[in-house]
Amino acid sequence: MIDNTDNTNNTASTASTANIENTENIAPGDTADGNTAAGADAGAPAAGGLDARLVVERGAFRLDVALTAAPGDVVALLGPNGAGKTTALRALAGLVPLSDGHLRLDGTELDRTPPEARPVGVVFQDYLLFPHLTALDNVAFGPRCQGASKAQARERAAGWLERLGLAEHAGAKPRRLSGGQAQRVALARALATRPRLLLLDEPLAALDARTRLDVRAQLRHHLADFEAVAVLVTHDPLDAMVLADHLVVVEDGHVVQEGAPSHIARRPRTDYIAHLVGLNLYRGRAEGHTVRLDGGAAITAGEELTGPAFVAFPPSAVTLHRERPTGSSARNLWRCEVAGLETHGDRIRADLTGELPLAADLTTVAAAELGLHPGVTVWATVKATQTHAYRD
Amino acid sequence: MPALIGLAFLVLPLVALLIRAPWTSMPELLTSTEVWQALRLSLICATAATLVSMVIGVPLAWLLARVEFPGRGLVRALVTLPLVLPPVVGGVALLMALGRNGVVGQWLDSWFGITLPFTTTGVILAEAFVAMPFLVISVEGTLRAADPRYEEAATTLGASRFTAFRRVTLPLIAPGIAAGAVLAWARALGEFGATITFAGNFPGRTQTMPLAVYLALQSDPEAAIALSLVLLAVSVAVLAGLRDRWMTAS
Repeated sequence: MIDNTDNTNNTASTASTANIENTENIAPGDTADGNTAAGADAGAPAAGGLDARLVVERGAFRLDVALTAAPGDVVALLGPNGAGKTTALRALAGLVPLSDGHLRLDGTELDRTPPEARPVGVVFQDYLLFPHLTALDNVAFGPRCQGASKAQARERAAGWLERLGLAEHAGAKPRRLSGGQAQRVALARALATRPRLLLLDEPLAALDARTRLDVRAQLRHHLADFEAVAVLVTHDPLDAMVLADHLVVVEDGHVVQEGAPSHIARRPRTDYIAHLVGLNLYRGRAEGHTVRLDGGAAITAGEELTGPAFVAFPPSAVTLHRERPTGSSARNLWRCEVAGLETHGDRIRADLTGELPLAADLTTVAAAELGLHPGVTVWATVKATQTHAYRD
Repeated sequence: MPALIGLAFLVLPLVALLIRAPWTSMPELLTSTEVWQALRLSLICATAATLVSMVIGVPLAWLLARVEFPGRGLVRALVTLPLVLPPVVGGVALLMALGRNGVVGQWLDSWFGITLPFTTTGVILAEAFVAMPFLVISVEGTLRAADPRYEEAATTLGASRFTAFRRVTLPLIAPGIAAGAVLAWARALGEFGATITFAGNFPGRTQTMPLAVYLALQSDPEAAIALSLVLLAVSVAVLAGLRDRWMTAS
């Protein structure tokens, strides 16, 4: 769940100590903490869910990532290509052996369990639907391997296809499916084995921009319905922020920051993350150009929509003023308070709380001219044309 | 011009075969019992040799394509050796291994009373020895081209390695297996050297078409031509079948 609209503890001190605990954004039932790689190892594993420290050594490359998640959590591994995200996913699936560390799922050790015996489902980046089998038989494959009779397996598969809105494509071979349909068949196939851990490798990367919006929204709902742990890998911060309630940023085999998406966006720990997760993202209900957030604030967006929606804009789209601006053409105006400031290269990212918690980027010069420091009240404006709203 | 000479060089002998064919006495020649016997034996043995090659050759191809092990290059070289080895040498080698006094053959003889040389089974073994590399190479190539991640996807769905191979990989590489099987079958059908060395030349038991052609050439050249035409027809049919089904499809 994305929860950017709740209150922030605006007394939080400056960023250096603020990353570890961040109670503001923990989703209900989420016992995951803001542990970094070193910390999770010592942390007591939750009764259910995932508790892993994945160490994979391959030549000069070393992956060392700790992951904990409670049932119902959706965790996104975010990072650049070659950071080791996919390797981490493959280690969870058992497709690459762990060099060190541990892997517990619902209290069961899985380190040495071969992939076919793990209660893990995988949606591969290019889906890897078996081209010689129909959509129905692709989905029935898992139940069949688990010992179901052909008829039972097909019945279960038909149920999953139905749930994902694919009933009429049951008899189609994968090459006859559109990208979005293939993605859903792949999801159905992974879910049909009733996994306790669902892994998704770049679930939206193979789709064109148009399909992507729809599929992302659908996937979000399916993941929300999923009762066990889901881990997805992506290099797209927007996908990560929309789909996951916990972000783990991986760089060069190591976790550089983790936490709730909104928290990471407002308090990036490295320049790289600041650049990567440069997005303010909110959820609410759209009516025309206005998106009313659950917390009460409203955002005027460029798009016209009705119903549940996301609205996003980059920190660079935010302009800050010390006095309430008059005659500004910007459609969005919020009164905020500076909670923290962080320098990233020649830019400063301001963490703002108040009417709308948000991140704003400004130059060091501008920050000096405005006299920004924690506690100062500012007015933030954003042009409607620089925001994007899309259906939830 | 050299290209045309090359073409003529390849085509002319076949045309000559057609020109010299005793078309009038053909029906009579082809209905003799010896011809039918030889043709029947050839088809049975070539098919059996192909089946043997598939049963043991496909797993071997999988091993070469999918499993990293020390000495894999050497194993592949050994597998392909029969491709370049003179078939007669293959026949002699088979005799040394499986003959009555052969390394393995002597035990087969004294323990089980099994004799392989100069039997129909011997023909099948000789043909399989020569033809299997064609199948292995073809299937290995197809396996390499096939995405191994399908097997991974199958294992994440709970399939054992064997199930993944049987239900996912095998159907995916079926065209490659079929093409390899046809190549192997054609090679087995024309096999001469290893067969005559290892299995001899007994009409009805080990005398296949190529042996019959060779023998007939010395006593009855017209019959040899007629038999050759039958083999030529079979080869052309195989080629046509291959092109239509697999070469254009892939």
